[in-house]
Amino acid sequence: MQRRKECVAMLLAGGQGSRLFALTTDVAKPAVAFGAKYRIIDFPLSNCINSGIDTVGVLTQYQPLILNEYIGNGQPWDLDRAFGGVHILSPYQAKTRSSWYEGTANAIYQNMHFMKMYNPEYILVLSGDHIYKMDYAAMLKAHKETGADCTIAAIDVPLSEASRFGILNTNPDGSIYQFEEKPKVPKSTLASMGIYIFTAEKLFKYLEEDDANPNSSKDFGKDVLPAMLSAGEKMFSYLFEGYWKDVGTIASLWQANMDLLGEEPEFDVSDKSWKIHSRNPLAPPECIGETGIVQNSMIALGCEIEGEVKNSVLGSNVVVEKGAVVKDAVVLANSVIKAGATVSYTIIDENVTVGENAIIGVEKDSNAEIVVLGRGICVEKGVKVSSGQKHEKDILE
Amino acid sequence: MAATALGVIFCNIHEENVPELVRRRTIASIPFGGRYRVIDFQLSNMVNSGITTVGLMTNNNYRSLIDHIGSGKDWDLARKDGGIILLPPFSDKHDKLYTTRLEALNSLSGFLGRRSEKYVVLCDGDVLAKFNISEILAAHEKKKADITLVTHCGEIERASEIMLINADENDRVTEVKYTPHVKKGEVGNYYAGVMVLNRQFLLNIVEDSAVHGFTSFETDILIKQLSSLKIYRYDFKGYFASMTSMAAYYKHNMRLLEKSVRDELFGGRDMYTKVRDSAPSKYGAEATVKNSLISDGCEIEGVVENSILFRGVKVAKGAVVRNSIIMQDNVIGAGASLSCVITDKNVVITDRRQLSGCEEIPFFIQKGTML
Repeated sequence: MQRRKECVAMLLAGGQGSRLFALTTDVAKPAVAFGAKYRIIDFPLSNCINSGIDTVGVLTQYQPLILNEYIGNGQPWDLDRAFGGVHILSPYQAKTRSSWYEGTANAIYQNMHFMKMYNPEYILVLSGDHIYKMDYAAMLKAHKETGADCTIAAIDVPLSEASRFGILNTNPDGSIYQFEEKPKVPKSTLASMGIYIFTAEKLFKYLEEDDANPNSSKDFGKDVLPAMLSAGEKMFSYLFEGYWKDVGTIASLWQANMDLLGEEPEFDVSDKSWKIHSRNPLAPPECIGETGIVQNSMIALGCEIEGEVKNSVLGSNVVVEKGAVVKDAVVLANSVIKAGATVSYTIIDENVTVGENAIIGVEKDSNAEIVVLGRGICVEKGVKVSSGQKHEKDILE
Repeated sequence: MAATALGVIFCNIHEENVPELVRRRTIASIPFGGRYRVIDFQLSNMVNSGITTVGLMTNNNYRSLIDHIGSGKDWDLARKDGGIILLPPFSDKHDKLYTTRLEALNSLSGFLGRRSEKYVVLCDGDVLAKFNISEILAAHEKKKADITLVTHCGEIERASEIMLINADENDRVTEVKYTPHVKKGEVGNYYAGVMVLNRQFLLNIVEDSAVHGFTSFETDILIKQLSSLKIYRYDFKGYFASMTSMAAYYKHNMRLLEKSVRDELFGGRDMYTKVRDSAPSKYGAEATVKNSLISDGCEIEGVVENSILFRGVKVAKGAVVRNSIIMQDNVIGAGASLSCVITDKNVVITDRRQLSGCEEIPFFIQKGTML
């Protein structure tokens, strides 16, 4: 008997995430750090393993080094398997063609042989830029029950925001009769989450047709899904209720971090029944010193805190020296906030040094904008960085 | 390059010093320093010195050790050749369970005989220090020693087995005193729980001892054969601790609150331990945490001062934890107050409960207790 996998997941992780500015200069968006110790891709990968899906292709293209190194052999997610497991799928050269991934559908199309290796019945298509906990097995169950050719996960969004999303217009039984990409006047509030389950044969057929179509932009949302719908394939929406955040912008990334805080957080990563797995830093427990104050915050291992930290999320090995104040901020791994410096309403990338008495950002209020300090930069002592500035290079006195 | 040495860790050694902590575990698997087990220190020393084969000598109560070690992957020791090898004892009607180091080594001869590394590093599983084993091996090689004993000069903590070692200016050992009486506060050079031998030499002395009926490595080999063997010492000058008593366990945990001690034990190297995928720790809006080490997965709403919190500890609002060591997955209820307390794993302290010990005799609460 040929070994097979019922469902293979294809995770689109090639995106640049240009709206994250300096945070994605050197890393692909799915590898952007989140929630003190995680990276965005930990969420879809953990969802996969927690849903019993152990075969995942990760399609990479933009700045893949850190992402590839992070995923490694997939062991942190229990995805190092004898048959299946996680596989990095980068664009490659072939005898007759060689090209970059030209769109989401083309990326999957170019890896048809990978999917076929497992002879799957279903293909789950995911994107690597959302923070959420979701049981894909329940969605697959619904897909089987409706007998759909394609099931699209959807979330109910407020009407006022619906025109920012791809909207699904559905019949009472959940079947989809129309897609509208960012409609000016939305007919429904069901927004596509970019999570699709396809019956494998159908997906393969439509990907081949799409590839042959010179007018196609090779995109799922714009080309493949509308083609399936107009051909009369059965397409259903699957309503997801729970926390889901597209962290594609600085503001949403900051907000998603803040959603982890509080006694009843919007989003809970400590739920033992749905563990979020990650590659863990080798660091000792964090040390809160004699003069340290830490309130309403999340702190990763290896931090050394002698200053004041409030309403903030700190990655591993962050140092906050005496007299420094970090408020409403996200500080990523290995950054140092020197004595007397003030950081407010800011996202600081990895390995940044904020010099003594520097003032970064302004108190968070309705007019304030988030400051971003890019990876590895050095802010000299006493420097003042005003609201909303985004820096990729060292800031001198 | 193949590794030149293999490691052996004695995981059940000196357990009589801390009976409370080893009721259901080996001394090597005692939780220490927030997110570690004692064995992590010796294992990390070995891995950081390029050792890729480590035998774990276990005698009894080793379930927690097996659970901690798993496949060895968290120490990068899940290897095709070597890696972590658990060495439980052989015993049957005719073959009694070993009781001494020499008998233990005798039971190891099969394992040692099959390996090809030139040297063997024998480590006691109750030791906490950052040894540079590569340097110790280099010293052993340079002196062309039969045995190199690592020693440390410091205050001698009274314990069941102590070995005092004197050496000449060339570090050749001139005197070994086994389990002498020591006065409180006495300073001396004592054996620091690590020795290096040539593998073939070790196999020879083990065989020779069996023939002659020797049972004690310390008295029959080190002391009686001191003049005929080339025994050298390697003086270790860094921070050294071992599990000599409950008070010592408490003291050495607490000393991690000093930055210099943390730098000594954790700094400049990778410290490996089992990965648990806990969420980062969360501090509540009214939390007050001072001079404490907090591990991942903790949720703190109350007051924590001068304490070590292991993974997954919850401190409710109004609870006060001072000068205490709180192990994995404890829950400290609202308004409870702890001072100089050591709680083993999975302890629940109910609301408003007040408990205190003192530094010399910390109040110890057994694993899984609800108080």
